[in-house]
Amino acid sequence: MDYGTLLQVLDSTLRLATPLLLACLAGLYSERSGVFDIGLEGKMLVAAMCAGAVAFYTGSAWIGALAGIAGSLVFALIHGVTSITFRGNQLIAGVALNFLASGMTVLVAQYLFGQGGRTPPLEGHARFNPITLPFADALQPVPVIGPFYHEVLSGHSVLVYAAFAIVALTWWVLYRTRYGLRLRAVGENPAAVDTAGVSVKGLRFSAVMITGVLCGLAGAYMATALQAGFGKEMTAGRGYIALAALIFAKWRPVQAMYACLLFGFFQALALRPDVVQAVVQVKVPVPFLDALPYILTVLVLAGFVGKAIPPRAGGEPYVKER
Amino acid sequence: MDRLPRWADVALVPLVSLTLAAIISALVIIAIGQDPWEAITVMVEGSVMNAYGWGYTLYYATSFIFTGLAVTVAFHAGLFNIGGEGQAQLGGLGVALAVLFIPWPHWTLALLAASVGAAAFGAAWAAIPAYLQAKRGSHIVITTIMFNYIAASLMIFMLVDVLRPPGKMDPATANFPPEAHLPSFNEIPGLNLIFTSGVPANVTFFIALIMAVVVWLLLWRTRLGYQIRAFGKSEPAARYAGINPTRIIMIAMLISGGLAGLMAINNVMGEAERLLGNSASGAGFIGIAVALMGRNHPVGVVLAALLFGFLFQGGAELGLWTKIPIELRTVVQGLVILFTGALDMMVRMLLIRIFALFRPAKLEAA
Repeated sequence: MDYGTLLQVLDSTLRLATPLLLACLAGLYSERSGVFDIGLEGKMLVAAMCAGAVAFYTGSAWIGALAGIAGSLVFALIHGVTSITFRGNQLIAGVALNFLASGMTVLVAQYLFGQGGRTPPLEGHARFNPITLPFADALQPVPVIGPFYHEVLSGHSVLVYAAFAIVALTWWVLYRTRYGLRLRAVGENPAAVDTAGVSVKGLRFSAVMITGVLCGLAGAYMATALQAGFGKEMTAGRGYIALAALIFAKWRPVQAMYACLLFGFFQALALRPDVVQAVVQVKVPVPFLDALPYILTVLVLAGFVGKAIPPRAGGEPYVKER
Repeated sequence: MDRLPRWADVALVPLVSLTLAAIISALVIIAIGQDPWEAITVMVEGSVMNAYGWGYTLYYATSFIFTGLAVTVAFHAGLFNIGGEGQAQLGGLGVALAVLFIPWPHWTLALLAASVGAAAFGAAWAAIPAYLQAKRGSHIVITTIMFNYIAASLMIFMLVDVLRPPGKMDPATANFPPEAHLPSFNEIPGLNLIFTSGVPANVTFFIALIMAVVVWLLLWRTRLGYQIRAFGKSEPAARYAGINPTRIIMIAMLISGGLAGLMAINNVMGEAERLLGNSASGAGFIGIAVALMGRNHPVGVVLAALLFGFLFQGGAELGLWTKIPIELRTVVQGLVILFTGALDMMVRMLLIRIFALFRPAKLEAA
């Protein structure tokens, strides 16, 4: 494999890792607060539909992204009311929301556009277009680093850079702010947080809402940056890969970034089976590359590659008095 | 008073949940500019008003009974098996291997072999998550989700690279031999007087009903069933009573996976008569809705499966005859899971309030 091909694969790695990363960070807030969320997939899908539709009507990717966030927030609110207010089963709520999203997005898109559940293709400012980083062209002749900067790092949409900025932000919020300390505490021992006079429900609701915002960005990226419009079931299991990455990263933000880059790399390789074959000298079936993130996650869960211990109070509704 | 009478708990709670789901579905239909009354008319006419419709409704219901029972058995052991979809796909592989490579002289023998293959493959696919849960504490919900995706990839690989007959383009196995053809309702003497045209419902329906009885016997009439339920209610208590957690998790998940796998004799052997990609087509997930709606009791599961059979066939008719997309059934499925599974507490609290309203009135009368 020559350097040019490697750069191409790394370039698609960044593009494909971004929605995983946004959804993974989204899940991190919710799960760190003690609310399991297997509904990341559904929230992304709703956001993708809202973003695609509104971006088409307004011609602005930014307004589309806001609509995506709004759509995802509605679903986050349902998840919150169900699992925090009514103390329902968080996993079942997540499953329900995924089905609801899968059906509703097609119903609404078909009603609005009549194109078999798709939104019309987006053009121009209705999409987040690539940004050329400063000096990318000037630095291109520099050997090795120049092409890497030009091909891989430069030329992505603003949401890609935002996703990586949010990794740093999340690290700071989680480990350097009072809110972050409380968030981590409420996922481990809500009774202690309650005793300290902090509202468990309020904290968990705020976390679930942040999850909604980030899933909204992930969905908006899918419909208005990675692709040009919403398509039926376009998230294609990315919400679950993000969940896998979250476990792989043991619920930590920086490690989540590495996990998403790794899983994004697998997705990029699955698009280029010829490259894989050239490198390992054996024909590797594409389905195997598709399944790799899931297989790795099972191995992590099984404790063969370090042990993944979820937030202790995860999945359990908090009951104030007994 | 914070408990409901038993009849309300068994019948009223699911009915209220279902009504809420139906009301919201109707609102969704109105929101997309269609007529909910027309929708329900088309659904009823296409699925239960003639034998042909019933032939499809019962065919879908058969698959859902299997997957619903699968979720039920796991639930009683306190395990949430979301992996029914993958286990059902692997079951399809078991059926295909059992039927394609051994020339069975009669369909009864082929059915027996296919059932064993389907259950064994489904159970095997559930065994790994079960073992990881029992021995390494890996959360079964996450591992079964992962195994659904691994199963999907494995099936694509098997169909494209291994089982696809030479010279064929579509990812599917060869057609099963005619000796392995299961009698459909229109080919069974007696039933063929009612089902005059070809329908996909087949003898598997009766196997599904038998399995519902077997699951009931297992859970409420055997020592193992008692152990499974005790373990599901309280793991520490079961441990004190000398029940081996590893054994119960493994057995419950093997039965669960086996039941999900058995679904394949209905759709793969009974209908398609070859193994296609995405063979389970969502039935594994519908099992979750069916089990929740059926309150994890085999009788409830059969009734809920019939309801979802109606929803599935009726939904297909909607896609054919109205402007309402077929995806409406996914929305209804999500709503049913939401209300019967996750918002159970809300419905219950609502009913307790209503019951409390009537109670003082009764006392005054007495």
